[in-house]
Amino acid sequence: MSWIRITNTENIPLREGRSVLVNGRDIAIFNLGDRFLAVENRCPHGGGPLAEGLVSGNTVVCPLHAWKVCLESGAVKKPQSDACLMTYPVETVGDIVCVDVPASARAA
Amino acid sequence: MERLIVVGNGMAGVACVEQILKHAPKFEITIFGDETHVNYNRILLSSVLAGEKEMDDITLNGLEWYQSNGILLRLGVRITAVDPVAKTVTGEDGSVTPYDKLLLATGSTAFIPPIPGVDKDGVFAFRNLDDTRNILERAREGAKVVVIGGGLLGLEAARGLQVQGCDVTVVHLMDTLMERQLDSAGGEYLKKQIEHLGVRVELSKSTTALLGNGHVEGVAFKDGASLPAEMVVVAAGIRPNVDLGRKAGLAINRGIVVNDYMETSDSSVFAVGECVEHNGIVYGLVAPLFEQGKVLAATITGNRGPVYLGSKQAAKLKIMGVDVFSAGDPNAADGAEIVKYEDPTLGIYKKLLVRDNKLAGVILVGDVNDSHRYMEWLRADTDISAMRRSLLFPEPTSDDGQDVAQIPDGETVCGCMGVTKGAIVQAIQSRGLNTLAQLKECTKASTGCGSCTTLCQHLLKAVAPNFEEEGKKVLCHCVPFSQESLREIVRSQRLKSVQDILSIYGNGVGCEICKPALSYMVDVVWCGDHEEDRSARFINDRVHANIQKDGTFSVVPRIRGGITSPAELRKIADVADKYNVPMVKITGSQRIDLLGVKKSDLPKIWADLGMPSGQAYTKGVRMVKTCVGTEFCRFGTQDAIGAGVELERRLENLFTPHKVKMGAVGCPRNCAEATVKDIGLVGQEGSWQVVVGGAAGKSVRKADLLITVETTEQALEAAGLFFQYYREHGNYLERTYDFVERIGIEKIRKETVYALDPAKKGLLDRLRKSKAISYDAWQEGVRPVNPTQFVQIEAIERPLERFSHEQFQGALV
Repeated sequence: MSWIRITNTENIPLREGRSVLVNGRDIAIFNLGDRFLAVENRCPHGGGPLAEGLVSGNTVVCPLHAWKVCLESGAVKKPQSDACLMTYPVETVGDIVCVDVPASARAA
Repeated sequence: MERLIVVGNGMAGVACVEQILKHAPKFEITIFGDETHVNYNRILLSSVLAGEKEMDDITLNGLEWYQSNGILLRLGVRITAVDPVAKTVTGEDGSVTPYDKLLLATGSTAFIPPIPGVDKDGVFAFRNLDDTRNILERAREGAKVVVIGGGLLGLEAARGLQVQGCDVTVVHLMDTLMERQLDSAGGEYLKKQIEHLGVRVELSKSTTALLGNGHVEGVAFKDGASLPAEMVVVAAGIRPNVDLGRKAGLAINRGIVVNDYMETSDSSVFAVGECVEHNGIVYGLVAPLFEQGKVLAATITGNRGPVYLGSKQAAKLKIMGVDVFSAGDPNAADGAEIVKYEDPTLGIYKKLLVRDNKLAGVILVGDVNDSHRYMEWLRADTDISAMRRSLLFPEPTSDDGQDVAQIPDGETVCGCMGVTKGAIVQAIQSRGLNTLAQLKECTKASTGCGSCTTLCQHLLKAVAPNFEEEGKKVLCHCVPFSQESLREIVRSQRLKSVQDILSIYGNGVGCEICKPALSYMVDVVWCGDHEEDRSARFINDRVHANIQKDGTFSVVPRIRGGITSPAELRKIADVADKYNVPMVKITGSQRIDLLGVKKSDLPKIWADLGMPSGQAYTKGVRMVKTCVGTEFCRFGTQDAIGAGVELERRLENLFTPHKVKMGAVGCPRNCAEATVKDIGLVGQEGSWQVVVGGAAGKSVRKADLLITVETTEQALEAAGLFFQYYREHGNYLERTYDFVERIGIEKIRKETVYALDPAKKGLLDRLRKSKAISYDAWQEGVRPVNPTQFVQIEAIERPLERFSHEQFQGALV
């Protein structure tokens, strides 16, 4: 486990996501206004870029086929599915969004 | 047959005639009306002022109703004299008409206080359709308007004017708004809500003069202050019209005095409605008029028996987003218990007055959901001791059906028209009703103020075997309103951002269905002058390119009418080489698609191309496909290329409910398939056919003819009219071919190409305004709405520089 300083908070607009490549992992970080959340940037359905999705509450909707993923748990909310994405702890330190990314355990 | 003359063609008179017609035929009926309109719903004038309804929408009985019931209607004739001995009435036109029975339904007129200057130009009452029309003519954006009077009518007028864009101040003589219906705390809650809408309210203001030279320019007050005003609307109350009654020699107090059988002091003369005084009370609201009408109908037809014993009065303010209800005697001082609840943050105020375990009066502000329950308690004089614990908050019922089932059959559902639950259920069952429209026509329920509409729908749902909701499909569970209602909400509440709509009328969150729809809605309602929120847009509308299955994007530049040049083609080829574009494809729309482009390359590609966006990724104007037309074709009869390129130029960069693909062909051979396009121009010798609603996608549909015109300019204008009409009335994600079928081409023609000039001008003006504010989206390559829109974010720290968990925890402290 290690916390990586990613980017200034203002680089991720309110209710939008941005992707970042860390330790070989493609991570989607979302700004929900009161907090930031991060999940794998890859929809379990067709591999769509979740960072480009529309945010709905604490979920994101994949831009390809509208699968809905919970940003807190990584679980797929729509359609019915057992698929679950990896989530990453996020903290903001001052103006900086930091994500806790495992060193390389699952890195490609 | 006896001759019955009815003086007054308003709601009370005509409703009474409707009741009379239910009895055995006895009369030859003549109705005189001093207005020039057929009978209309006066309660909804404020909705006309607010633009929620057209004047035609509020007609209650059309001319055919009078004809089919054998009623002679004399419009625009004011009756000026009655001779009770000779039994005749005299009209302003000199006509003298004899009667056997006379029914006075003369209603009331606006009270204009004797203030110096009220005769100035620009000062209006707000009482009838003509007043409404006059006010609307003057109500321009930014006009300073003062409304004198903070009662029901004044507030509704103020809100209507504010929706029309005026800068409105309400001045009220008393220290509480709607003081006859509210107490001072309730008035304060109401004031906050009215001010929240953007209407200023000034209390305890006594108007002393209207200023100006000929035309009103301002209003002066007793305290020395004054306000500028280019229009003044006086809503200071109404006065019963008793003049004719007096001439007929009837007993008069404030109104024409009637007994419980609705008889006046003259056995041949009857009176009903606002001009009447019963038991010392003159009623100014609609429900009592209907109750009186029923009794009068029985008496006048020789079925004397039913009696009128007065009405429980209720008032409801019809301002969207401002809920106020008051009934009974809300200010009873004589030892009534007060049960109340307040939530200043939510703006909710509820106050019940209870006397001898019965409800004596009620005031609701901010939450009127229970108004029906309270009204029924008042009407039935219900003993509420068993319900004391749930007076302010009813026990929750899990489903509507059960809720409806609990209403007793005798309970009144529609207070305006006096229709009980039993009557509604009986009508539904015996006549096989399935829609609200059928129910309205059959029982008249829900045709008055409309506040029982939901209840009627619940009843239909519970009782009708094949209940149809009538196209009132809600947009989605986040904002449970139909798109039509939402457009109205957005317009009337002047909401300019998606998040505001969601916060005020929805769950505050939104989803992938409602957010793009609402984004479109605020754009079209405000002609592009809205608060753009890219987080509410689908990715395609953030990066102005079409996302592909692998997360790359496609780029389609605008090639108007499919006409390009060697230089343009070279540029496209160079770009394809430079950015290693994996596929270059000629599209079905006479354009070129560059597929497989990385998001971060988009701005660079746009800059290198130097061509505008073809909007191939959005619900907007795609393209106009053209044939060669008269340019080169041997058979061409019209310049399809010229017309097509111009059509595309006029509409490009605009957004629509769904994509709009167009075509222009120079002869009926239809080589560019204009007859299966959303909008098509089909040239023929000497004219153009403008066709709409065609499809060659998921479904195939031949377009309907909108109009045939002689010149290209006329064809372009007709296309523009339909285009803007579709933008304003189409539901999001509704293609023109579904839209045209839903609305019907006849109605579309009537409201676009055959509309009256002001309506046409309105459509074209709004189109022009939107177009002026629109721009080529690819300019955002240089000036993105968000700086990181096209940029791949790089972590500040390379993974190698990472620090340990412990260090990080330290940094947090």
